[in-house]
Formats: sequence, C-alpha cells, structure tokens
Amino acid sequence: MDLSTVELSRLQFALTALYHFLFVPLTLGLSFMLVIMESVYVLTRREIWRTVTRFWGTLFGINFVLGVATGLTMEFQFGTNWSYFSHFVGDIFGAPLAIEGLMAFFLEATFVGLMFFGWDKLSRVGHLMVTFLVALGTNLSALWILIANGWMQNPVGAEFNPATMRMEVNDFMAVLFNPIAQAKFVHTVSAGYVCAAVFVLGISAIYLLKGKWVSVAKRSMAVAAAFGLASSLSVVVLGDESGYALTDNQKMKLAALEAMWHTEPAPAGLTLFGIPNMQTQHTDLEIKVPYVLGLISTRSLDRPVVGILELVDHAEDRIRSGILAYDAVEKLKVNEADIAARAQFEAHKRDLGYGYLLKAYVSDPRTATNEQIVKASLDVIPNVPVMFWTFRIMAGIGVAMIALFAVAFILVSLRKAEYTRWFLRLCVLAMPLPWIAIEAGWMLAEIGRQPWAVEGVLPTFMGASSLTKSQIWMTIIGFTLMYGTLAVIEVKLMIKTIKKGPYAAKMGHMHDEPDASPLADGRGVAGPAE
Amino acid sequence: MELPLDYQTLRVIWWALIGVLLIGFAIMDGFDMGVATLLPFVAKTDEERRAVINTISATWEGNQVWFILGGGAIFAAWPFVYAVSFSGFYLAMFVVLMSMILRPVGFKYRSKRPGKAWRRNWDWALFIGGFVPTLVFGVAIGNVLSGAPFRLDSDLRITYEGGLLGLFTPFTVLCGLTSVAMVVLQGATWLGLKLERGEVHKRAMTYGFVAGIALIVLFAFGFMFLKFGNLGYQLTGDVAASGVSNPRRAEVVPAAGAWLTNYATYPWMWIAPIVGFAGPVLALIGLKLKSEALAFGGSSLGIFGIIGSVGASMFPIILPSTLDANSSLLVWTASSSHMTLFVMLLVTVVLLPMVLAYTAWVYKVLFGRVGIQNIRTNPDMY
Repeated sequence: MDLSTVELSRLQFALTALYHFLFVPLTLGLSFMLVIMESVYVLTRREIWRTVTRFWGTLFGINFVLGVATGLTMEFQFGTNWSYFSHFVGDIFGAPLAIEGLMAFFLEATFVGLMFFGWDKLSRVGHLMVTFLVALGTNLSALWILIANGWMQNPVGAEFNPATMRMEVNDFMAVLFNPIAQAKFVHTVSAGYVCAAVFVLGISAIYLLKGKWVSVAKRSMAVAAAFGLASSLSVVVLGDESGYALTDNQKMKLAALEAMWHTEPAPAGLTLFGIPNMQTQHTDLEIKVPYVLGLISTRSLDRPVVGILELVDHAEDRIRSGILAYDAVEKLKVNEADIAARAQFEAHKRDLGYGYLLKAYVSDPRTATNEQIVKASLDVIPNVPVMFWTFRIMAGIGVAMIALFAVAFILVSLRKAEYTRWFLRLCVLAMPLPWIAIEAGWMLAEIGRQPWAVEGVLPTFMGASSLTKSQIWMTIIGFTLMYGTLAVIEVKLMIKTIKKGPYAAKMGHMHDEPDASPLADGRGVAGPAE
Repeated sequence: MELPLDYQTLRVIWWALIGVLLIGFAIMDGFDMGVATLLPFVAKTDEERRAVINTISATWEGNQVWFILGGGAIFAAWPFVYAVSFSGFYLAMFVVLMSMILRPVGFKYRSKRPGKAWRRNWDWALFIGGFVPTLVFGVAIGNVLSGAPFRLDSDLRITYEGGLLGLFTPFTVLCGLTSVAMVVLQGATWLGLKLERGEVHKRAMTYGFVAGIALIVLFAFGFMFLKFGNLGYQLTGDVAASGVSNPRRAEVVPAAGAWLTNYATYPWMWIAPIVGFAGPVLALIGLKLKSEALAFGGSSLGIFGIIGSVGASMFPIILPSTLDANSSLLVWTASSSHMTLFVMLLVTVVLLPMVLAYTAWVYKVLFGRVGIQNIRTNPDMY
C-alpha cells in the first residue's frame, strides 16, 4: 500500500467535500427562510413580501446550482477514489445514499424548477407548497447523508462476513436510528440555518447602512433575527457532544479536542486555552475551568472522561485481539467449515479493524512485532492540535452567533435595528463566520475520525482505490481549476445581484416602494431575465 | 430473519431495477443532453437559444437526479459494480463529472448577464455538458460489453490495469456514437414537442431525422459486432444463484459470440432488440408525419429497447474481466446482502411511484410550447 496515494485521495475528498459544503448550508437554511417569507406573503397578501421572497430566491438559485453541481462529484467519489471502502461497507453505506436520491434529491430538484418558473402558473398556496417541498427535500438529503456519515462514526447494525469479505447489515433500524446520526443531523441543519440567517442579516444590514430598499431590508432582517436566534441556540445546545461517550473513537475525539492526555477524576475540567504538543504528549500553558467538561460530555458528576493515553492502551489490547480475528478470517478463506477458526472469529470479530491497523507496517498482521503493535496503537490518536483549535474556532463562533442574534432580536423587537449603525456594521463583519465555523466543524468530525474510515472497522488507508499518483494529481488539479473558476463566477454574480437589489426584475422601480403593489402580481412586465 | 422474497429473485429484480433506472436516466436526462448538444446548431440568435434552453429550464434538474440515483442505487444494490467500474474507469468518470458540472451552472448563469461573449461561452459549456457525457457513457457501455482489465484478490481488493485511451476501440467508439445518435434523436423530438413551430423547430426536426437514421444503422452495426466481433463471455460450471456475493466463486470464460446465446435460449428476449429498431423507425415516421408525440414516444421506446438489449445479451454477467475472467461480476455474485436488497426494494416500491407521480404533475403544470414571444414577455425565463 502506497501511503501517498492515500494521502492524495484524502486531500481530494477534503477539497471537494469542503467546497461542496460551502453551498449546502446556505441552501439548507435559505430554503426554509423562503418558506417563512412566502408564508407571510400568502397570509398577508402584501406585495412587499412577494418581493422579499423573490429577491432571496434569486440568491438562493445562484447558490443552489453550485451545491448541485459539486454534489455530483460526491456521489461518485466513493467509487472512484475509495473503491475498497465501497466494497467493504457498500452493503450498509450505499443504502442511505440511494434513499437520499429517491426521497430527497428528486423532491428538491423536481420542485426547484417550478419554484422559479411557476410563479404565474400556480396559485399562491400552490407555490408556497412547492417552496416548502424544496426546503423539505434539501433537509431530508442532509438527514440521509448524515445517517451514512453517522454510521462511519458509529458502525451499528452490521457485522463482518468472511465469505464476502465485507460488512453486512443485520439491523437496519439500528443504522437508521443511530444516535450519532441523529445528533449530527440536528447539529448540522441548525448550523445551516444559522449560516443562512447571517447571510440575510448581513446583506440586509448593507442595504440599511446605505439607506437603500429599506422596507425589504427591514422585513428580511426581522425574519433573520428570529430564525437565527432559534437556530444558533439549537446548534450549541444540541451540539454533538451527546455522542462522545459511545465508541472508543468518539471518546478519543473528545479527549483530543480537549487535548486531555490522561484520564482526570470526575467531573473533568474544560480547557479554555493551551498549546497541545504531540511529541511530548502534554498541553502547555493550560487554562482550565473545573467540572464543566465532565458535566457537558457525560451529563453526570461521577463518570470520568477517558484520556488519550489510556485510550491508546485500550487500543493496543484490541489490536492484539484483532490479530486473532485476522488469523481466523485467513483460515476461513481456505476452509469455510473450519469450526475452530469460526469460533476464534466469533470471539474476536469486533476487533478485526484494529488488526487491519497493522497493515500500515506489515502485510500480514500475524507476523507483526511487538514494536509494530505499539506503533499501530499510537495511530489511533488523531491530530490533537488540529482538533483542539478547530473545536475552539467552531465553538467560539457558535457562542458569538448566539450573542449576535440575541442583540439582533432585541433591536428588531424595539424597532431600533435600522438606526443602530454599529450593530449593522457588526452584521456585515459577521458574514464569513458561519462558513468558518462549519468548515471547522467538518474538519473536527472527519479528522477526528482518523485513522478510521469506519470507526474500528476499516482504517482509512485500506479504503483507497489502487490508483496511480498521476491519476489523482490530474483530478485534483482539474477539480481545483474548475471549482476555483466557478467560485469566482458565483461570487461575482451574487455581488451583482445584491447591487441590483430586490426590484431588478421590475424595471423602472429601482427605488423603494413600501408596501405598495402597483404592479398587481408583477405579471407580464417586460424586463431582463430573473 | 426469514425474508418473504428469496435471494435469487431479489437479485433478478435488482438487476431489472438498475435497468429501469438507466433507461429512466436515458429517456429523461437524455432529452436534456440532446437539447444541449443541439443548442449551438439548431438555434442561431440569442432569442432562439433562449427559447431552446427554456424548453428544459424548469425540468432538467429533476431529470439529472436519475443519474445521481443511478450511482446511489448501484452502490446500494451492486457495491462491487460501483467499486470496480468507477475506480476502473477513473479518468473517464472524471471527464463525465467535469462536463456534467458545467450544466447546472450553464443553465442558471447564462441568463444572468447580457454580454454576447458571456452567453456564447455558456452555450458551448452546455454543448460540452450534453455531448461529452453522452459519448463517454456509450463508450463505457462498449467497455462493459468487451470487458474491463481488472482483477480481485482474495481480500476482494480491486486492481485495474489500463488507462483512459485503452477505453477507445472501434467497437466502443461505435457504442459511443450510437449513444450520441440516440440522445440527439431524443433531444430533437423533445424540441419538436416543446418548441413553437418555426425555423428552429424545423431545424430540430431535420437533425432528428438524420440522428434517427444514424441510430438505426449504428445499432445494426453493433449487433454485427456481437455476432462477428471477438466479443462475449459465458458462465461455465455451477454457481449458486442464491449463494454468497463473492465474485471469485463463479467460473467465467471468454467465448466469441456468447452475447447472442441468450436470444437462442430465451427467444422472448428478441423483444428488446426489435423494440430497439422499431422505436427509431416510429420516431422517423412521426417526424415525417409531423406528429411530434409519436416521434418522441418512438425515440423513448427505442432507448428502452437499446439499453434492454445490452442487458438481455449479457445476463447474468454484469461486468466481465479481461485480465482474469473468474473475477467477472455476475448477478449471482456481485450484489448486496439479502437483507439490503429486500429493504431497498421496499423503499423503492414506496418512493419511486411517488417520484413518478409528482414528476408527471410538474410536467402537467409546465405543459405547452415555448416560443420567442414567451421569452420576450416573461421575466422569469432564462
């Protein structure tokens, strides 16, 4: 196994996934904000709300297509770059992807066209239903992909079958109701809602600062403030800590993001600041708040949070057991009816993946030296400084978002938001923050999963396809150039649309027209497309 | 747990379902890709091009899901096929993805700026997004018929020997061209249905007629290759149709002409190629009689017959290996587990009819021809 092709495939996956995930959160949140705005339009029948809905709908569209376009790559990348992973866990992992297509992608993609082109073909309520179905579809797709991802973090409801050399499902309900998947879903879609709320808040603030299109901006800001406050609370309160006690790797993630090298007496303290050092296995300049971590992560006062090095010791035991599982599988390959080997397999099968960790050092884990076993056990530590800092960036921004939306909500309620210029400037400055937090969150979850592709089951390095370095370089460069170009075009179009403002489609109405509806439904008015 | 359907039956059902998905993809996304391929040729002015684009602007997105679902369903039901084909055809897949990424952005962004160069560039991007995947998919089907250079070791890890250029042989290029003709006919007949009659409509009909004739000739040549070319694999010895999914447990050998033996054993399978020829003939008649519905229906029927013929010729083989025939993927050895196939069937039986129903409703709402007049008056149009 050539490690560098694995690293390249990881790099490509990270690049394409992080890029895809620039567009998805905005889609998740903005789709529901459109439902809210359009509902107000349907209930009040005031033309201004139709303008509000259509304006944010235009920006939604520009963003949505890039989510769709980059999503194509994701659907096939498991097969192209991770073919052994696809074989090894396809029996479980493929199902949520297929259901995502059937249940979610069809829904959002079939109705999104009607959302843009159906304004004069549907009744008000009919069009609102279509917008709602688009929002439902996008959010359902998040559910199914996180069920797939949750299974990689906590592979429940499946076991290894030596005859087919892969994991096979034995309990679909367990895969579906995986607690980690559920926690991830709520956490991730809430983060998407915050992202959209900040987007709407920021652009509305720009308009208010410039005194342009004030009545559209005011109304948009009111929706964003309420929606954002609820979702920013939801992201933090329903964060995914609840799952951190479930598996060895989840425990390791928790210890790593806290840079907690040794088990502490319960309840453990929360590290506010420190400089983790992988070599000395120590965190320098630590500042701790007592009790807090134990309370959050174990929801108790007496259960300890296990430290990194204690988890490494535990991994070493599992590796030794995994060697026996590997040995049994090799024997069963030769003779399926070997009863002794079957018994040995049953006793050790849950550690087979740990046995595979040795394949990084030796082709046959049964011949591994003691030194190699110790080395492999240290591999279960993810990159602690990266974990430590991405968590602090993510959580820090999360808390800042709650503060921002609390202020926004109060100012909007007091009808003072449009005159409070420091607040409006703050809203504009805050615009990049949700994206930074979201990308950091992805890194935390996926770098924290290392060295596993599937926790305890399949090491990442084993999952890669047998490709050449030049093949992967070619695709990395190709995707980077294509995605880079599209990003530039996208941002330019967004800025152009924002500059043109909400009345761009109605020529001659470049100025604000509060609550007026001189154009009836705006039908039959000539003008540039969308 | 005892499941109500046995493993063998489920495997056959899933083999057929993947066929249905591929046919659904080729019929639905086929006309989008055909329209995009024809765009620079049938429409000359910006208004003409906008009219052509707006025949599919509201529906191409849903149609593309057939492609994504195809990937997901193959992953779920035939993980070996997903793993071997997409890693094996690595750069071909990359080319497909890169060109398909151009479509969503092309449709959406083209209308956002009035500049001539801007729009002309997006027109060619859309052409690439229609033509290139169509050609590569055809070439890929050709490679599936002629076998791919892969082997599976005892861990069932895949190694693949061969690059992008190796995918192009006379036979596979023929398959690629067949695919292009099929999709262009589909796109042209769609424009016939959906475009207001006039200059552009007339040009589309002409291109459709040429594509229809080409399709019949190319499909016939394809069959000649199956008969006289050195193509085909067959299963030797016994394999348990309800046995474990391990491709190395079946014996397969190359056998020239073996892709035609199913038609001798099961004469009813002739339906597929007969429909494959009759469809384009009906489409041509429709074009001549100016009955656009007949033309589009005939073209769609042709797609059903042509893709069905590939399946009928190869069953129960899915992907033969040229390096090690015993690594070939079969309906009996390359599927998911019994339970996954069963659960996924339940999900599909519930959801697919719903998808078809609301898709039909959307087309009903959008019913009617698109003309230059609509482009001028409706600000929603691309």
